Amino acid sequence: MNRSFHKSQTLRFYDCSAVEVKSKFGAEFRRFSLNRHKPGKFEDFYQLVVHTHHISNTEVTIGYADVHGDLLPINNDDNFCKAVSSANPLLRVFIQKREEADHYSFGAGTLSRKKKVLVTLRDEGLRRRAHLDIGLPHDFRPVSSIIDVDILPETHRRVRLYRHGCEKPLGFYIRDGTSVRVTPHGLEKVPGIFISRMVPGGLAESTGLLAVNDEVLEVNGIEVAGKTLDQVTDMMIANSHNLIVTVKPANQRNNVVRSSRTSGSSGQSTDSTTSQHSLPATHVLQNFHPEELESDEEADIVIEGTLQPQSVPRMQGAASGSLSRANGSTLTHRLQRDLALHGSVHRLLCSLKADPRHSLVLPQGGVEEHGPAITL
Amino acid sequence: MMKFRFRRQGADPQREKLKQELFAFNKTVEHGFPNQPSALAFDPELRIMAIGTRSGAVKIYGAPGVEFTGLHRDAATVTQMHFLPGQGRLLTLLDDSSLHLWEIVHHNGCAHLEEALSFQLPSRPGFDGASTPSSLTRVTVVLLLAAGDIAALGTEGGSIYFLDVTTLALLERQTLSPDEILRSVPDDYRCGKALGPVESLQGHLRDPTKILIGYSRGLLVIWNQAAQCVDHVFLGNQQLESLCWGRNSGTIISSHSDGSYAIWPMNTGSSPTLQPSVATVPYGPFPCKAINKILWRNCESGGHFIIFSGGMPRASYGDRHCVSVLRAETLVTLDFTSRIIDFFTVHSTRPEDEFDDPQALAVLLEEELVVLDLQTPGWPSVPAPYLAPLHSSAITCSAHVANVPAKLWARIVSAGEQQSPQPISSASNWPITGGRNLAQEPSQRGLLLTGHEDGTVRFWDASGVALRPLYKLSTAGLFQTDCEHADSLAQAAEDDWPPFRKVGCFDPYSDDPRLGVQKVALCKYTAQMVVAGTAGQVLVLELNDVPTEQAVSVASVDLLQDREGFTWKGHERLSPRAGPLPWPAGFQPRVLVQCLPPAAVTAVTLHAEWSLVAFGTSHGFGLFDYQRKSPVLARCTLHPNDSLAMEGPLSRVKSLKKSLRQSFRRIRKSRVSGKKRIANANSKLQEANAQLAEQACPHDIEMTPVQRRIEPRSADDSLSGVVRCLYFADTFLRDAAHHGPTMWAGTNSGSVFAYALEVPAAVAGGEKRPERAVEAVLGKEVQLMHRAPVVAIAVLDGRGRPLPEPYEASRDLAQAPDMQGGHAVLIASEEQFKVFTLPKVSAKTKFKLTAHEGCRVRKVALATFASVACEDYAETCLACLTNLGDVHVFSVPGLRPQVHYSCIRKEDISGIASCVFTRHGQGFYLISPSEFERFSLSARNITEPLCSLDISWPRDATRARVQESPKLSQANGNPSIILAPQNCDRSPDLTHKGADTPEPPEATLSPMSIDSATSADTTLDTTGDVTVEDVKDFLGSSEESERNLRNLTEDEAHTCTILIK
Repeated sequence: MNRSFHKSQTLRFYDCSAVEVKSKFGAEFRRFSLNRHKPGKFEDFYQLVVHTHHISNTEVTIGYADVHGDLLPINNDDNFCKAVSSANPLLRVFIQKREEADHYSFGAGTLSRKKKVLVTLRDEGLRRRAHLDIGLPHDFRPVSSIIDVDILPETHRRVRLYRHGCEKPLGFYIRDGTSVRVTPHGLEKVPGIFISRMVPGGLAESTGLLAVNDEVLEVNGIEVAGKTLDQVTDMMIANSHNLIVTVKPANQRNNVVRSSRTSGSSGQSTDSTTSQHSLPATHVLQNFHPEELESDEEADIVIEGTLQPQSVPRMQGAASGSLSRANGSTLTHRLQRDLALHGSVHRLLCSLKADPRHSLVLPQGGVEEHGPAITL
Repeated sequence: MMKFRFRRQGADPQREKLKQELFAFNKTVEHGFPNQPSALAFDPELRIMAIGTRSGAVKIYGAPGVEFTGLHRDAATVTQMHFLPGQGRLLTLLDDSSLHLWEIVHHNGCAHLEEALSFQLPSRPGFDGASTPSSLTRVTVVLLLAAGDIAALGTEGGSIYFLDVTTLALLERQTLSPDEILRSVPDDYRCGKALGPVESLQGHLRDPTKILIGYSRGLLVIWNQAAQCVDHVFLGNQQLESLCWGRNSGTIISSHSDGSYAIWPMNTGSSPTLQPSVATVPYGPFPCKAINKILWRNCESGGHFIIFSGGMPRASYGDRHCVSVLRAETLVTLDFTSRIIDFFTVHSTRPEDEFDDPQALAVLLEEELVVLDLQTPGWPSVPAPYLAPLHSSAITCSAHVANVPAKLWARIVSAGEQQSPQPISSASNWPITGGRNLAQEPSQRGLLLTGHEDGTVRFWDASGVALRPLYKLSTAGLFQTDCEHADSLAQAAEDDWPPFRKVGCFDPYSDDPRLGVQKVALCKYTAQMVVAGTAGQVLVLELNDVPTEQAVSVASVDLLQDREGFTWKGHERLSPRAGPLPWPAGFQPRVLVQCLPPAAVTAVTLHAEWSLVAFGTSHGFGLFDYQRKSPVLARCTLHPNDSLAMEGPLSRVKSLKKSLRQSFRRIRKSRVSGKKRIANANSKLQEANAQLAEQACPHDIEMTPVQRRIEPRSADDSLSGVVRCLYFADTFLRDAAHHGPTMWAGTNSGSVFAYALEVPAAVAGGEKRPERAVEAVLGKEVQLMHRAPVVAIAVLDGRGRPLPEPYEASRDLAQAPDMQGGHAVLIASEEQFKVFTLPKVSAKTKFKLTAHEGCRVRKVALATFASVACEDYAETCLACLTNLGDVHVFSVPGLRPQVHYSCIRKEDISGIASCVFTRHGQGFYLISPSEFERFSLSARNITEPLCSLDISWPRDATRARVQESPKLSQANGNPSIILAPQNCDRSPDLTHKGADTPEPPEATLSPMSIDSATSADTTLDTTGDVTVEDVKDFLGSSEESERNLRNLTEDEAHTCTILIK
């Protein structure tokens, strides 16, 4: 709702060369402007920000909200440039003290998602930083993830494709086929839906989580059994902005193996489009909650006509106000989740170490075969 | 944030009960003309008529409102039908040579048609020589002997079998073989040749013991059934087509394959008659086609009628479909537009009467039924009160207007009466008057409007069971069309001989495809309507009771709005005739608006109170003030990348349509060829053609497996700019304090445009508003993120009810809308329904149909459902037809799924596309080009035939038979009949439906509730014999998939031990 008002403004000031910047540190806001066409260097911007907030003596990280409502970092000239050029019209900047900064909160849906279930494995992140110092990711967002590992049979895989914010096509085709099911009467051939083709360079192919001849079992939590190919096509397209497909992979060798049913884990692969570094996959514990389907859907765009221009500033205020409130609530929410999950994560890590299979040496090609899909 | 999620609600018993009181699905009646009729019968005693079709359907019609429908289990062609006079029983012969006995049975005071018995003539090898092909026992003709209980069956082999009708048992000893007949024939006639198939069997009205037998070779024999001997022999040598035995037994008339007919004198001498007294080729001397059927009827006033079909000169008129009526010196050649199936006369059949005195001639054609009044000089045709050929020109759109005010109704009826030739005599002269219509007088009048390809709009009385034509509006007269004078020239060139008379209204050929009507809207309070067509023409008309002569003002609206880079490659716009034109009483055009480019109009809406008409095409939409005759607004909705939209209907869009049509034909053909039927040369040719057509289609489609691309819709998908719906509402668009006129438009790409209109208010008491310009300001623009086509928009008032129609509230016909509470707008796209608040457009509730069910919305309508239990309780709900042919009902504004039923086969795309809902929870869709199926979703508002017939036959006899005949068990292979015993007695129509369309059995049974548990209950209830295992299986099936998953997990858990690091 609020976002819709925010977007309603987008067209009005598009031509102005000045970019309005709204910078937030803690509960404080500062407003200034930048030249859209000559944004300058990141260093200067950094200085300007710490100066306006009177925090010159503290190390801070700077992030901004991009057009999709994702929190992305500003830490070099490139992504600063991109932030300014993509701001339409308002550039919302978020500042955190570096020691408090949560690096893994950058990414898709981090701002827009009201109901937050994304939880960082903070302890692991800290541990990693201690060992080797990897720079902040420059401009990335998740494009896919495996979810619900803890509740699905190990032979199945539930893949979530994040479509928005990505110019790539989803890039796959489905077909009719037959699959063999175990029934009380023995093995039975039943009709099923399969992935028939991947478009090279498409989102589905680049994730490596889906492959040709994988059987599609569910689309966004709804079983496809008994549905025709056209019905499943329509369901997938209707859910294409946030597609969650449960498949039975044709190749069953790369399945996620877990030793305990109580804890969940999943890998999240990321697609870095502009970064020079090769990124290690982030480790995100994530479960699929049906509510998410509704809440993180992109809202329809409403463009207000020119009926009441006087009401525009008022709505602007309301939008940003509620945004900050939303942020506050998610932070506390996340904190609670962290505390609650800490124990189980720890157990998971211990159990992984204890698992004898963990020490199995994989043939080199085993992982490559399906890309950097799953790491544990 | 408001959230809505579809959850499986715990069954709220109260709500469930209410649902049962509100919703019920019934397919009630078929309106229109039966598709592909193949047989005709008439019962002169009960005055009812039966029509059989090639799909095996039997329909019986009496007085308007009296209708019975049945369907044979085998979808075989009904070749002959014979009523057992006065008994309400019908013997049908299918093309698989099986005989079926149908009975009209009364249940609870209402009559229904049920099949009682069936019989197949055994093909006996070795009966007539060593090898007898089964075709020799194929039944060619059936005669019910006047005595009543015996039927004589003539066969291909020349034998005649006798059958006890009440039991359909063969009377073995009476079989009459051709050998027996040949014994009575002189040797020189015999000369070793067979007599050929039995072509005709005729009984005599006064002497039931005698049968006139005609063999194909030309031999006519009078057989005395009582004495078992040949009474007389007529040695005809011309190949026989049909026979008729005159009432006074003095004459026999025979018709022949060379186009001649012969009259044979009846002399009592035992020597064979060698020559007919008269033999003539009526349309000679050049070779003529066969006379397929001939009737002889004498009259009290002297003379006789000879009525025959065919016999036309082969070379010059061999392609005409003609029935000739000859009385004394008067010959009229009735020239029909479609093939003649059969005909009969309505005449006296009492044996004691001296004369036939035919009153009427009824001719069943492939596409219509024509009845001629033979007692009125000139033999005018009698307009039929039902069986209207809906498809006299192809139906292109339809609309339903409920609760038509009596005043408008009377005006339309009177306009229609002025159109038809004999307004007064028509009703009284309809000869088929059997039965009594028990249905109550309809509580309200419903008008069905159909738009046709030839530019006409037909108004039908859809209030009751009989769909009656009221009035026909033609828009073609306004335009200059290409082939205008072709018709009159052709007529002038025609000779006086044969004396052709064009009869019937079936005319499938459109002068100009641009005339086709695409959208129709009628304001029932002001009698204004708008008709929009294929060439972008939008015509505003007004009902006028007197003929006038006036000019129509023409305006054009450019919907491209100077967009560059587009050139229209489609058809030209229609050129209107200039100057004042004469208009008959009825709807007369006032204003013509032509869209540019002249693409077909895809949406239209009318607001008579504001004198505004809005229209949309694939390029954009426009708003026109027809009072001031000035355009208000034009907006282009084209996406810059959309090139397809400009190509017009002649290129790719058309070819898609064409290929669809072809594939339907292929489906239909394969369905036909799958039937048991004798493949004649014609159908073989068709099959060969179908195969050729299949081969001709591109190979890459068949080579690659069927696969579907998964990609979200993008803004530049083709035809994204098509305007799908337009809507006027008086609501809050600017702010929450002031409401005012608004216009809404939805496009194919999920865009909604909302305009605030400045309509000058009418002066108090004045009808017309002051002459000030209407202004439109864009208020809101909504882009649905899923980008699915917007199919409907409606504004809900403060109480969540849809706003009334213009004038509806002000004329005290509807409750005034609640303008206090916040309004909301319901936007239905092909994928989901959403309710947004107004004036701040924010999502309130939604239901994502496609994401959940995998089906797409085809038609939606807001309908009021009244409760059967409580007189004044009603709910407004959203009725929705999906691309799978299911009908769903959702609550408004909560958008909760209520019930869903499977209604149309999902392969029947034209049926789905033709569906139209009424305001009170009924609907219509085309089941064939000529028939509307009427269905109701409402438990209260049901329009179905309720009729009775006075039948005279011994009841006890049949009762016993019905019990011994294992009717249900015969229905093997068609579970819907077995499964629906309780539906059977309620309406044979429903049983027929179930068998007709391969729907899942539960489809016809009962509403399928959302909750799977309740649907399971209903299925089990209706199954006749359920075993314990069945129940187990059934219960198991719901959990099966779950168990499968578990099984799979267990099975494969230990196999995949590879860990990925």
